[in-house]
Amino acid sequence: MELFINQVLAGIATGAIYACMALAVVMIYQAIDHLNFAQGEMAMFSTFISWQLMQWGVPYWWAFLLTLALSFAGGIAIERLLFRPLAKAPILTNVAGFIALFAIINSVAGLTWDFTIKQYPTPFGSSPFLGSQLISTHQAGMIGVTVGLLILLYLFFQFTRIGLAMRAAASVPESARLVGINTSWMIALGWGMAAAIGSIAGMLIAPVVFLEPNMMGGVLIYGFAAAVLGGLTSPLGAVVGGFLVGVFENLAGTYIPGVGNELKLPIALALIITVLVVKPAGLFGRPIVKRV
Amino acid sequence: MSAVEDVVTEAPAVEAVPKRSMTLGYGTSLVVLAALILTPLFVKNFIIFQMTQILYFGLAVLALNILTGGSGQFSLGQSAFYAVGAYTSAILMEHVGMNYALTLPVAGAICFGFGFLFGQPALRLSGVYLALATFALAVAMPQLLKLGYFEHWTGGVQGLVVTKPDAPFGLPMSQDMWLYYFTLAITIAIYIFSVNLLKSRSGRAFMAIRDNEIAASAMGVDVALYKTLAFGVSAGITGVAGGLGAIAVQFVAPDSFTITLAIQLFLGMVVGGVGWLPGSIVGAAFIIFVPNIAEGISKGLSGAVFGVLLFLVIFLVPHGARQVAIVAQQLIGKLKKT
Amino acid sequence: MLSKQKLRIAAFSTAVIAFTAMSGSAFAQKKYDTGATDTEIKIGNIMPYSGPASAYGVIGKIEDAYFKMINEQGGVNGRKINFVSYDDGYSPPKAVEQARKLVESDEVLFLFGPLGTPSNSAIQKYLNSKKVPQLFVATGATKFGEHKDFPWTMGWQPAYQSEGKIYAKYLLKEKPDAKIAIMYQNDDFGKDLLKGLKDGLGAKASSMIVAEDSYEVSEPTIDSHIVKLKASGADVYFSITTPKFAAQSIKKVAELGWKPMYFQSNVGASVGSVLQPAGFENSQGILSANYAKDGSDPQWDNDEGMKKFYAFLAKYAPEANKIDGSVVYGYGQAQTVVQVLKQAGDNLTRENIMKQAASLKDFVPDTLLPGVKISTSATDFYPIEQLQMQRFQGQKWDLFGPIISGEVGG
Repeated sequence: MELFINQVLAGIATGAIYACMALAVVMIYQAIDHLNFAQGEMAMFSTFISWQLMQWGVPYWWAFLLTLALSFAGGIAIERLLFRPLAKAPILTNVAGFIALFAIINSVAGLTWDFTIKQYPTPFGSSPFLGSQLISTHQAGMIGVTVGLLILLYLFFQFTRIGLAMRAAASVPESARLVGINTSWMIALGWGMAAAIGSIAGMLIAPVVFLEPNMMGGVLIYGFAAAVLGGLTSPLGAVVGGFLVGVFENLAGTYIPGVGNELKLPIALALIITVLVVKPAGLFGRPIVKRV
Repeated sequence: MSAVEDVVTEAPAVEAVPKRSMTLGYGTSLVVLAALILTPLFVKNFIIFQMTQILYFGLAVLALNILTGGSGQFSLGQSAFYAVGAYTSAILMEHVGMNYALTLPVAGAICFGFGFLFGQPALRLSGVYLALATFALAVAMPQLLKLGYFEHWTGGVQGLVVTKPDAPFGLPMSQDMWLYYFTLAITIAIYIFSVNLLKSRSGRAFMAIRDNEIAASAMGVDVALYKTLAFGVSAGITGVAGGLGAIAVQFVAPDSFTITLAIQLFLGMVVGGVGWLPGSIVGAAFIIFVPNIAEGISKGLSGAVFGVLLFLVIFLVPHGARQVAIVAQQLIGKLKKT
Repeated sequence: MLSKQKLRIAAFSTAVIAFTAMSGSAFAQKKYDTGATDTEIKIGNIMPYSGPASAYGVIGKIEDAYFKMINEQGGVNGRKINFVSYDDGYSPPKAVEQARKLVESDEVLFLFGPLGTPSNSAIQKYLNSKKVPQLFVATGATKFGEHKDFPWTMGWQPAYQSEGKIYAKYLLKEKPDAKIAIMYQNDDFGKDLLKGLKDGLGAKASSMIVAEDSYEVSEPTIDSHIVKLKASGADVYFSITTPKFAAQSIKKVAELGWKPMYFQSNVGASVGSVLQPAGFENSQGILSANYAKDGSDPQWDNDEGMKKFYAFLAKYAPEANKIDGSVVYGYGQAQTVVQVLKQAGDNLTRENIMKQAASLKDFVPDTLLPGVKISTSATDFYPIEQLQMQRFQGQKWDLFGPIISGEVGG
């Protein structure tokens, strides 16, 4: 029983990582209706920028804010320069573009900062949280930030003009254009916000997994899985999905005899697919009715 | 978010490609064929080996093309089918002592079954959800291959070394050249089969599903059957490609079949032109040669150079090699008129 | 008009010249295979510059820089080294393509230091059938020293299995009643080291090992495995991990308040790239074994060999990070191959390269621990076989005990 509780707690702690990344995935999906394979690498690059700023003596929170702003601008720049010209191209060509972006960012980061792992500071400290050695204050802080971010996003999409405009532009572009929404800029804005949220995810994840150019490779797979499980259209779903994947993976690894440990990722993925077969739009996603 | 059920017309993931334009004309086909047959006689063994690589990678891209370009289903899991094919051939050759040529139909059949079964749950999924499901398959495959229970057969993390076949009947040609012609014969056979498949009743059903699933089912197409069939055929061809790859490389290991391979095959399809079968060979050449070019330009930044080259290609020809072919065709047409 | 005497002198001197020329060629016996000439020696190499193992790509860059230094100093026996290094992205099929390109298209004399067990396994058969040396492969897999089956393949670093055996030997002596929990990377490296450890423990392995768990390199964190291993109640913990996971493991074990006797595999025991990021306070008392000096360990600052190494870095690879274990590794490997080429003299055939590589006698590269020597013979294809136990204290490794030779095979 103790092991069970321990694994659940450890799963929640790891799940916070996935939840953070899944939020960024959902954000971009809202804007462009597709998964961005370069999302993880963008987050990694942002994290390196903040690390570099701190190496230059910028205090943590200033570096944090500066990175947020730079990532937002960077996201918009990427959309304007690289994906705007591809707006008319087939969607699969865009996916190829994401892969190209992935390769570029990863390689540039590797050359600039090399591949040795870097220690990354946490503002929350890493002592045991509430006496439990399984969740550190950093992981608790991370869960807090994720939930806070979720609430902010909800308010933004539900109550601000620009948030509403973004939703309109993503779901019914033609009608949105008719009511005077600049849909093209809404997409750019979506990229910017996704990049900014990704940078927060990166800066929260780095203290746990250590900063290096390949740090997001594995995280992104889980982030996708979490987002899809929760429903790609729902930020709440993404966060819940993240925690579920984290906990489930740990339990599968601990309790399924024989293959559980070696196959914990495949087992977790198989479960997600099973969920999708039953609920094709994810746990919290809107069902979509197709029309001829 | 809103509880209202949104009603949308889902844009097809793949734009419609007219049936005729999925292939090459007879004249062009003959020229390409002659080039493929004659070139090995004049080049080094290493070049022949690279040409063999292009052929079997081309087959794998072609298989994905049938699935995505033909039936509109998107897969990032082709590396898993490729791995099953490669391991089937390798295990049959090394443990059972079966002739290499005979292992290929077995690899194809096993992968067909595997793909057909995988197509069942995949039926319920579309778009990004299907992408994730296939992606999961690709991620899981290397871990399955490493599993202790199969280690006796698969060699576990160490992989299996495969013996390269000699030319039969004492033909005076190198192993590489023989393997090339052997691969070429299989590739041509599968290419002709694929072209005819897409022209047949099944092919028309695939394309009807691709263009509009609901309309297709209204017209009486058994959507479930044809979608899983497309998965099966695609997996089967990928399996044969995997088997050929194992024989040519003489080695299989879990690290050979990671998600990177699935992504390469996907890129090959996009660069070659989605839905355009001859483009598969162009796409295969791209994924083999462009990384080499990239590292020739800069070792430290080879990844970045590759990314930039890929961007250039998709900026210039977003529809891949098919677009180039269409432009070329129009130019030739104009020249003929004047 | 020439006098008779003058003619005689002329005839004599011509004879002398002719004789010298003849004797010269007779003594030097220049012999070349493809890839070697009077002015150049062409060496091939394969590295994962891109892909999941790109962290190791720096080894190739350091080797390239080292050969540049050798060339500036006049080369080896007057010949410049032409180092051709290709990227395989850690993919075995790509490694085969690149190996064939090196041998058949670039026509190198031999392959030096290709990296990774899967890639080397993939090209081993091809190179042996072509009789091209596959020299000093950059992996510790035990199978790359089997001189009988693969006379053209040779390893360099201590085999993972011998490292495992050394830990077992130490443990049986110090703590024979240990309850062991093991975490290992689920690949050739992890399994090879694990095998050595189990072989070393012998019959007691099954009773001593109370838990083992493996992780995949694609996992973002390995926290859950450690939670599970701690629950087994073990008092000895083995972390058979690569740098990133080694650091995660050290940190997590400390966070959990678990205080086992901690063994860290050599691959993940670098001061600068593992222990420092994981926190020195978390790393106290960790045990490991080593054969090379750590580029980020201050105790070597005044060491003659390491001074040369730092001077080389400053001039030829200023961008390289000296705390990266791979940098030290590449330097030591390159120095060893230059020694082989020196010994080969003007007889640059593939056969002689292999022969010279198999007759290194007590060769000491600048970066190896004092007392560790490279020796090979026609029946010993494991160049480095010695390791010394070390314990982490303060901010550096304290070496202790004798230099131990870990025999492989059997």
